[in-house]
Amino acid sequence: MAHAALAEGDRVVSPYAVGSLLSVEQLSVADVAEILAMTGRLERMDADERARVLKGRTVALLFYESSTRTRTSFELAAKSLGATTTLVSDKSSSIEKGESLKDTGLTLRALGAECIVLRHAASGAPSLLARATGLPVLNAGDGMHQHPSQALLDLRTMLARLEIRGSTSQVSSSRPGAPSVVADIHAGTLAGVTVVIAGDILHSRVARSNAMLLPRLGAKVVLCGPEELLPEDALGLDTGEGPAIEIERDFDAALRRADVAMMLRIQRERLAGAALDLEEYVARYQLNGERLAACAPSALVMHPGPMIRGMEITDEVADGPQSAIEEQVTHGLAVRRALLVRALGVQA
Amino acid sequence: MSELLILNGRVVDPAQGTDEACDVLVRDGRVAAIEPPGRFTGLSNSLPNELQMDAAGCVVAPGLIDIHVHLREPGQTHKETIATGTAAAAAGGFTTVVAMPNTTPVNDSVAGLEWMLAPERQSQVNLLAMPAATLGSMGREITDYAALVEAGAVGFTDDGKPVLEDEVMRAALLAAARLGVPVSQHAEDTRMTGGCSMNAGRVAFRLGLRGMPVEAESRIVERDLRLLREIERESRARPHLHVQHVSTARALAAIREAKAQGLHVTCEAAPHHFTLTEDAVGDYSAGEYCTNAKMNPPLRAEADRLAVVEALLDGTIDCIATDHAPHASHEKEVEFERAPNGITGLETALGLALRVLHREHGMALGRVIALMSAQPAGVIGLKQRGSLRVGSYADVVVFDAGVEWKYRAVASRSKSRNTPFDGAEMVGRVRATIGRGAILRQ
Repeated sequence: MAHAALAEGDRVVSPYAVGSLLSVEQLSVADVAEILAMTGRLERMDADERARVLKGRTVALLFYESSTRTRTSFELAAKSLGATTTLVSDKSSSIEKGESLKDTGLTLRALGAECIVLRHAASGAPSLLARATGLPVLNAGDGMHQHPSQALLDLRTMLARLEIRGSTSQVSSSRPGAPSVVADIHAGTLAGVTVVIAGDILHSRVARSNAMLLPRLGAKVVLCGPEELLPEDALGLDTGEGPAIEIERDFDAALRRADVAMMLRIQRERLAGAALDLEEYVARYQLNGERLAACAPSALVMHPGPMIRGMEITDEVADGPQSAIEEQVTHGLAVRRALLVRALGVQA
Repeated sequence: MSELLILNGRVVDPAQGTDEACDVLVRDGRVAAIEPPGRFTGLSNSLPNELQMDAAGCVVAPGLIDIHVHLREPGQTHKETIATGTAAAAAGGFTTVVAMPNTTPVNDSVAGLEWMLAPERQSQVNLLAMPAATLGSMGREITDYAALVEAGAVGFTDDGKPVLEDEVMRAALLAAARLGVPVSQHAEDTRMTGGCSMNAGRVAFRLGLRGMPVEAESRIVERDLRLLREIERESRARPHLHVQHVSTARALAAIREAKAQGLHVTCEAAPHHFTLTEDAVGDYSAGEYCTNAKMNPPLRAEADRLAVVEALLDGTIDCIATDHAPHASHEKEVEFERAPNGITGLETALGLALRVLHREHGMALGRVIALMSAQPAGVIGLKQRGSLRVGSYADVVVFDAGVEWKYRAVASRSKSRNTPFDGAEMVGRVRATIGRGAILRQ
């Protein structure tokens, strides 16, 4: 495991620039604490001060896959910190002419980019870009591999909504009127919390990042879905730190244990011909009002988006009082500010 | 008359059961005599120094034979040429290599085969070839086996792709059987491996890569063995199936059983499959998504690696073959799923075989040499090679079996550097390679 190798320290030299975030595996628990602490500090800063943090710095957003939330929040995060941003997408660049990822990265570096935020359909593309350019690279989602900033924003959302208290880093809930929460991030922060991740685990980088991060903070992660979307190999996500990851095929049984229910979209674009009976899927795995009331009346409901309403989740759940889906987006903006500041090596 | 003396070495020739201190006299490209040390003193006094090789402390063995290499010529000479690939072969102790047909164009005709084997290609070692089993390696219509064997073909293969259709494979096996050559199968059920870039399992899941199941290999092997049984039952033909680069316990179990039943099946294993596992793909220190750990069949799980070692030890696997597959750095330095399959292997095969099989798993030195000389010669029916028997071609490798060293990809004779073994520990270093009595490398 990568973080195990890192923990051994001096012998393994990372081939990636400091501040890169390619996978949650690279993050120690202390790193997570530091990122969330910085998130809080940046959030509390007044807007003018914040706009000077990355003044004069240049961030490139390199997007090979469509994105609404992630792209916009990284862009707004960078701009709110005063950085200059440039967006390069595969549809409107020399990528269309066959330029390689390496050469695209080198070109951005030559144009002054100091950090590249990359979204790519190929698992592992951020490692390649980080090695080729030597720049800090923030993985904004690579294939079916990782989406580390999503796991961090999901963590922050949980800390806020589950009102987990501690002492060091400030996490303010975006729920109007809710008390501001102070969370101490350590290996037991989420002890006793069960997070059910349900749906298309196989194709989900969000599931991988969460399943590899949350247990290291003490959470029990239960993966739930049919065999086609959740093979036994998913247990390979177990880092050996924290409670062991479990697979539960029965959604109702999983929900009855859930403090958090994280729903995932079926990624039809990655199904690659695999047959799936959608009607049966909806019957067994859709999170609807009836199921939620019966099995998990107080669980927090999360979804990384995009949602397919009527498929994995229904309106009354997505828009209901247990839902934290919009807050996730807001926390995304906050966490990504901290990741950009960290990537560019600025103290804030 | 040309002579060469190889003095003071330990001659290990498994085909003759030889393992003793001997001097070797080579005359006119053939082994003329092997005698206890001192017998050639008279001759030694009269021969000039450059025609005497002091092999003290070294093993003197039959030149190594690799029945599975990709030399990329014609058509892909930015990766390798016949001259550079065979120079790498000589550096690795190989004196005979068999070129695969997946060049551009595919080697599926007598003209193509003759072009490849022509002296103008400047092969540095004895060059043989397996032309395509089907036209264009498209898997539909078999090539002209009789004419190709007449022109020197030592077997047929669509390597890189399987012959998928039962009827086409049956026709290939029958046609090759009549000529006494093997059909060499790349065992992969490509209906199960679309979009896959490594071994299926937990590592692939963690890395978010689609995985090739072990059944993709074993199903084709089992299908081919069924065809062998049917053909033997229905006709008097006795076809020879050779299974390339076997990588799974499941396929090896099927081959072991078929051998016990007396079917004519042979198989090979590649050094990377007995040395590395799928973990090499996600090795953090080497950089994750290491495309130099990407090949087909892929690196498998530890249990499969150990099954390959066991099958080498118990004789189920007939020979070691490198599947030397050079690619330019710009082709490998891309997203993992887009990178081409394959790694170089000619210069690291002996060092890995001695390290893993001899040192770590206790295989006798003579067995390692047999797996890389006499036995591959047997698979393709090579006469007068693979042994130092008097009268054989003087193809010889002289190596220091005890020396430990680190392979350096930058020093490779190959045009390409795509190896996962840059900096890896090797045991045994080639000191000289002799082909038909000529010193190819010293």
